[in-house]
Amino acid sequence: MRIQFKTSYDHDIRLFKDGWQAFLYIALLALMVVLPWLIDDFFLGEATNVLIWATCGLGLMLLTGQTGQVSLGHSAFMAMGCYACVLLMEAGVPFILAFPLGGVITGLVGALIAIPALKLHGVYLAIATLALAILTDDLIVMLEPWTGGVAGKFAPAIEVFGLEINRWSSPAAWYYMALIVVLVVTLFYRNLLRAPMGRAFAAVRDSEISAQAMGVNIARTKTIAFGISAGITGLGGALMGLFAEVFNNETFTFIISIQLLMMIVVGGLGFIHGAFLGAIVIAFLPQVLSIATDSLGSTVAIPGLETGVFGLIMILFILFEPMGLYGRWLKIRTFLELFPFARKDMFRRQKSYLKTERLR
Amino acid sequence: MEVLQLLISGMANGCVYGLVALGFVLIYKATEAVNFAQGDFMMLGAFVTLGLVNPEFMGLNFWVALPIVFVIMGVFGYLLDLVVLRALFGQNQVAVIILTIALGFILRFVAGLIWGHEPLSLHSPLALGDLRMGTLVLGMADVAIIIVTFLLTLFLWQFFQRTKVGLAMQAASQNQMAAYYMGIPVKRVQGFVWALAGIVAAIAGILYASKGAIDPNAGFIGIKAFAAAVIGGFGSLPGALMGGLIVGIIEPFAARYLPAGWSQIAPYALLIGVLLFRPHGLFAQVRVKKV
Amino acid sequence: MSLLTLDNVTLRFGGLTAVNRLSMTVDEGEVFALVGPNGAGKSTVFNLISRFYTPVEGRITFDGTDLLRLAPDEVPSLGIARTFQNIELFDQATVLDNLLVGRHRHRRTTLVEQMLHLPSVRREERAHREAVEEVIDFLDLQPYRNKRIAGLPYGVRKVVEMGRALASKPRLLLLDEPASGLSVEETQNMRWWIDDIRRQMGITVLMVEHDMGLVSKVCDRVLALADGAKLAEGTPQEVQNHPAVIEAYLGTGDAA
Ligand SMILES: Nc1ncnc2c1ncn2[C@@H]1O[C@H](COP(=O)(O)OP(=O)(O)OP(=O)(O)O)[C@@H](O)[C@H]1O
Ligand SMILES: [Mg+2]
Repeated sequence: MRIQFKTSYDHDIRLFKDGWQAFLYIALLALMVVLPWLIDDFFLGEATNVLIWATCGLGLMLLTGQTGQVSLGHSAFMAMGCYACVLLMEAGVPFILAFPLGGVITGLVGALIAIPALKLHGVYLAIATLALAILTDDLIVMLEPWTGGVAGKFAPAIEVFGLEINRWSSPAAWYYMALIVVLVVTLFYRNLLRAPMGRAFAAVRDSEISAQAMGVNIARTKTIAFGISAGITGLGGALMGLFAEVFNNETFTFIISIQLLMMIVVGGLGFIHGAFLGAIVIAFLPQVLSIATDSLGSTVAIPGLETGVFGLIMILFILFEPMGLYGRWLKIRTFLELFPFARKDMFRRQKSYLKTERLR
Repeated sequence: MEVLQLLISGMANGCVYGLVALGFVLIYKATEAVNFAQGDFMMLGAFVTLGLVNPEFMGLNFWVALPIVFVIMGVFGYLLDLVVLRALFGQNQVAVIILTIALGFILRFVAGLIWGHEPLSLHSPLALGDLRMGTLVLGMADVAIIIVTFLLTLFLWQFFQRTKVGLAMQAASQNQMAAYYMGIPVKRVQGFVWALAGIVAAIAGILYASKGAIDPNAGFIGIKAFAAAVIGGFGSLPGALMGGLIVGIIEPFAARYLPAGWSQIAPYALLIGVLLFRPHGLFAQVRVKKV
Repeated sequence: MSLLTLDNVTLRFGGLTAVNRLSMTVDEGEVFALVGPNGAGKSTVFNLISRFYTPVEGRITFDGTDLLRLAPDEVPSLGIARTFQNIELFDQATVLDNLLVGRHRHRRTTLVEQMLHLPSVRREERAHREAVEEVIDFLDLQPYRNKRIAGLPYGVRKVVEMGRALASKPRLLLLDEPASGLSVEETQNMRWWIDDIRRQMGITVLMVEHDMGLVSKVCDRVLALADGAKLAEGTPQEVQNHPAVIEAYLGTGDAA
C-alpha cells in the first residue's frame, strides 16, 4: 500500500492523489490518443460509440449518482440536445458553436423542467420523467415540420475549422471529437465534485433536512443539478444523433432512458468511472451476444435477446454487486493492496435502515 | 349515442389500466417498492391463460384453467418476493425501480421465446361479440370487463376492511416497524401482497386479452397504468381504479375530438399536470417528515 | 445581551399544542439548556429556530433579525448551526466532505468558477480546508478523516455532526441531545468540548439534554418544558429542585 504524506491542503484538492495515480491516468489518456492506430475502423466506431454513451451517462450520473434523483426521462434531453444542435446547424450556425449551444439550451430547458419537478421525490420523480420521455417521443412526431417526424432527419455534414468530420471518411476525427467532448465533460464534473456545489449535491442526496440546516438551498441545488445533467446528456444526444447520421423519434425512445439508467448502475452509481464502464458494457453487449448466438449455430436473430440479457445482468448486479463494476474493482484493488492482510468481512455490505419516503 | 359508445369502451380500457394500477398500489402500500413490471405481470398472466386455454396449446376448459392461472401467478409473485426482492430489503429505491424494470425486460423476452411475437387472441368466454341497439354498438367484452373489475375492486376493498390478513396488510403498510413490533409477520405479509398482485395482474391480463390480441409488448400499458396510479394518489385502491377510468376515458375522447396525436399524449400530459398541481394525486393528503 | 429571543411562541400539530406560548432569551456567550420529559417539545423549539416549522403566533428574533422572515436555508447565514437528535449526516460522503458542507455558508465562488476550477476556487477551498482541519484537530477526528459516515460507530457520528456545525463558525450552536447514547467517557469528552466551544471559540450554546449531570456541569441557565409550556427557568440547581419540575418528571415516570 502506498502511503501519502499530506504536506498541504492541496493534496485533497488536486485532481490526482499522487504521482502514481497521475501517471496511470496519463498513460490511459495516451492509450486513448493512439487508439486509432491500434484498431481497425469498425472497432474505432465502437469506441466512439462507447464515448458517446459515456457522455450521456455522465449527465445522468450527476443527477442520479451525485444528487440522488432518479430520472427515467433522459432520452428527452438527448433528443433535445440533438434537435437543437442540428436545427442550429441548419440555420447556418457553425457546428463548433451549434454543438455547445445545443447543450446550453438543453440545460436551460432541463432547469426549467426541474422547477416543478422539485416537489417530487423518488418514485414520483421517476414516473414524471418517464412521462416526459414518452411525451417527447410523441412531440417529435407531432412537430414534424421541424423535426422531420417519423421519417426523421439527416444529420448535416460536420465541419470544424475547415476539417470535415465524417464517420466513414474520417473515423479517427470523429473519435477524437467524441474523446474531446467526454474529456471536457469529465473535467467539469470532477471540478464540481471538489467544489462546494458538488458537496451540496451529496448533501441533498443524503439528507435534505440537514443540507438545509447547513445553508444549502435545496431547490436551487436540485435545479442546477438537473440543468447541468440535462445539458451534458444533451451534448451526448447530439453526438449520438450525428453519429447515427439519420435519426427520428425512435432514436430517442424512453427505452434509451432506461438503458442509460441501467448502464450507470452496472458501471457503479456515484462514480465517474461507472459511466465509462457502463458504457463499455452497453456498447459491446450486442457484439458479444451476436458472437454467442452465432457460435451456438443460430442464424436468426432472437428478438428481445439483448434487452433480456441486459435485464438479467442488471438483476445480478443489483443483488450481488450494488456498487457496480467500479465498486467491484475498488474491492479487488483494496484486496490486492492489503494482500495478504485483507479480511473478508472488510467488504461486508452495510445494511442500511429502510429509509422511508412515505410519511404516513 | 356516440358519446355513450366512447364512454363504455373508454371505461373498459380504463378498468384494465385500473387493475394494473391496483397491482402497483397494493405492492407500494405494503412494501414501498414500486413494481415497474406490473404491466408485464399482466402480459404474463394473459399468456399463461392463453397457453392453458387456447386449442393450439393445451386446450383446457377456461373455467378449469382459471384457478390454475391464479395459482401459477400467485406463486410467481410470492417466489419473486422471496428470492429477489427480499434480498433488497432496506436498500434504496433506485435499486428496486431498476430491478423491476429489468424484470420486465426478462419477462418480455421469455414470453417472446415461448409464445412468439405475433399477436395472439385468447379463447375467452368473455369475447361475446357485439350488442347492437339501434345505432349503438356495444362490445359485450367491454361490459363484462367493467362488471368484473367493479366486483373485484369491491371484493378487495372488503378484504382489506374485514379480514384479518387484510387488516394486517394495512397495518404493515402504514408503519412497518410498528406492525413488526405488534407481532404482524411483516415479511410474510409482503410475500402475500406480491402473490395477490400476481393474481390481480392475471385477471387484468385475461380481461385485456378478451378485448383483443396480446403480444409480449402488451406490458407497456403498464406505463399508462402508472399514470392512473399517480393520478389516483398511489396510496389508495379506489383511487387507482378512478385514475384508471380517468385515463381510459380521456383517450377515446381525445382521439375523437382533438387533433391527431393528442390522444397519445393526453394521459401523460394529465399525469404531469396532476404531479405539478397535486403531487400526491387527486385523492391524497400530504404530511411532512418529522425530525 | 440577548442573542436569541422567543416571544410568546405557539405551534400546533393538528390538535396537539407542541409549543405553548413559550418565551425565552439566550444571552451571548452562555450555555443554555432546555430540559423536559419526552415529548415536551424541546426538539420542536429547535425546529422552530431552524425554520422547519412556522409558529402560529409569536416572534423569534436572532440578534435583532426577525427569523420568521427567513427560509430554513437562510438561517445558517446568520450564524446559527445545529445538530439533530437522530443524527442527520451525509451517509455516503466522507467525514471530511461532511465537515466541508458545514462551510457552505462561507462560499463566495460562482458555479462557473467552480466548474472551471479557477484560482479563486482553489484559494477558497484552501481556506475551507484550513477551517475544517482546525475542527478535526479540536475534536480528534483525524483517524476518521477520509472514512465514509456509513461505516462509523454511533459515538463518532455524534462528534462528526457537532464538527459539521462547528465548521460553519456559528455564533449560536444548537445541540439536540449531544450526549444521548454516548459512553461515560464520550460524555466526559463532550463536556470538555462544550466548555471549550464557549470559552475558546466564544460560541453561544443552546442545548437539549436529558443527562442532568452534564447539564449542571456545563450550563449557566436551564429552562424546563412540559407539554410545550415553560415550567421553570434558572440555574441548574434551581430548576432541578423546582417542585413543578419534580412533579412533571415523576408524573411521566421519567427518572432523568
Ligand atoms: N412533525 C410532527 N407532526 C406531528 N407531531 C409532531 C411532529 N413533531 C413533533 N410532534 C409532536 O410534538 C410533541 C413534541 O415533540 P418533540 O420532538 O419536540 O419532543 P422532545 O421534547 O424533543 O422529546 P424527546 O425528549 O423525546 O426528544 C410530541 O408529542 C411529538 O409527537
Ligand atoms: Mg427531541
